[in-house]
Amino acid sequence: MNGVFDLAGTDGVGPVIVPDEEPVFRAEWEKAVFPMFAMCFRAGFFGVDQFRHGMEHIDPAVYLKSPYYEHWVHTVEHFGEKLGKLDMAELDRRTAHYLANPDAPLPEHADAPELLAFVNAVVPAGAPAKRPSDKVARFKVGDIVRVDRSAPKGHTRRARYVRGAVGEVVMHHGPMVYPDTAGNGLGENPEHVYTLRFTSEELWGAEHAEPNGSVYFDVWDPYIELVTSATDNTEGAVA
Amino acid sequence: MSATIRTQEEIAARVKALESMLIESGVMTTQAIDRMVEIYEHEVGPQLGAKVVAKAWSDPDFKARLVEDASEACKELGISGLQGEDMVVVENSESVHNVIVCTLCSCYPWPVLGLPPNWYKDPQYRAAITREPRKVLSEAFGFTVLDNAEVRVWDSSSEMRYWVLPQRPGGTDGWTEEQLSELVTRDSMIGVGPVAPVAS
Repeated sequence: MNGVFDLAGTDGVGPVIVPDEEPVFRAEWEKAVFPMFAMCFRAGFFGVDQFRHGMEHIDPAVYLKSPYYEHWVHTVEHFGEKLGKLDMAELDRRTAHYLANPDAPLPEHADAPELLAFVNAVVPAGAPAKRPSDKVARFKVGDIVRVDRSAPKGHTRRARYVRGAVGEVVMHHGPMVYPDTAGNGLGENPEHVYTLRFTSEELWGAEHAEPNGSVYFDVWDPYIELVTSATDNTEGAVA
Repeated sequence: MSATIRTQEEIAARVKALESMLIESGVMTTQAIDRMVEIYEHEVGPQLGAKVVAKAWSDPDFKARLVEDASEACKELGISGLQGEDMVVVENSESVHNVIVCTLCSCYPWPVLGLPPNWYKDPQYRAAITREPRKVLSEAFGFTVLDNAEVRVWDSSSEMRYWVLPQRPGGTDGWTEEQLSELVTRDSMIGVGPVAPVAS
């Protein structure tokens, strides 16, 4: 979707502020939110692509101004409500309760060994997105390709700044889960993934691009169309 | 959807309410929450990436394997996992300087760098780094890339996770891997800063 989260090349959002030091978690509530990604993933709230799409639905003004982990709260609520796993009226009632009584305790509960085991297993193992597929890769390293102008309203990883741009295939990673279906609840449908290299001039225009720069961006096979095959491309690189 | 910007107190209350419901429905326990936090506060952090870089600086065969397949090479050191299932190391040289970003969200190679600093996830860095990398590096990080070096910005739009292999600094001949790893900063593996200065 054409959302404000797609930030590359946006001007006027202010300078990058880099504090000298900061803790991993800046508040106690951040410590409670961070594990929700893994734990709600386990409970079937979302896959990683849907998780991202949930954040893309946040009101743009809130998205730009809220602390990072609040984005995660929104996506957990989004899928909790959608799947009927969270009673939103009850959530509002409890929010009012904890606002009035910030030190009120959490519900008493027993430890769950299977949840602890899941955390200890998933952190080192991860959740790989590579998949086997019978699909034949349409492109190879050295091909010159153009990103299509398609602007889906659902989830996609087609950042606006690369749409229509011409780049060179520099890596081929094999088939991986396809965000344009997985992020919209339509299944994994693996597609080949490539890294493209774009010159800064191609993306921003010769007049506005910094000299001697390039951007590398990953695309799935359906995002691109062939301009010049590597076999016919004796230069071997984008000029 | 509402455009209300919440205060820290309001967010804390909302989170505690959500946490209480997820606990009651068996999705989370405070024990599992505490373990997850402990891992990323104390176990998984940039010291792991520094170990990989120091080994690559010391062992040409390992470096070749790292550049060929970073995930497999890191597993040799027991380093792997969530948000770094498929990693690619990009190597700095005299003529190329690499820097990473996720313009669409906040993707970052957790197994080698831990969780990202807030500036990496904030809109300002994500908006500017693909467009004006030299300016951002210089103004926000005080880091100048020479004009004759190409700046390559790696935008992590897929589940591939890129990170930077900085150049080994001069004056470190004969150093042990442990000594070398002390020089490797988080910022040097993101590509926004140098390795630590070598005391002469």
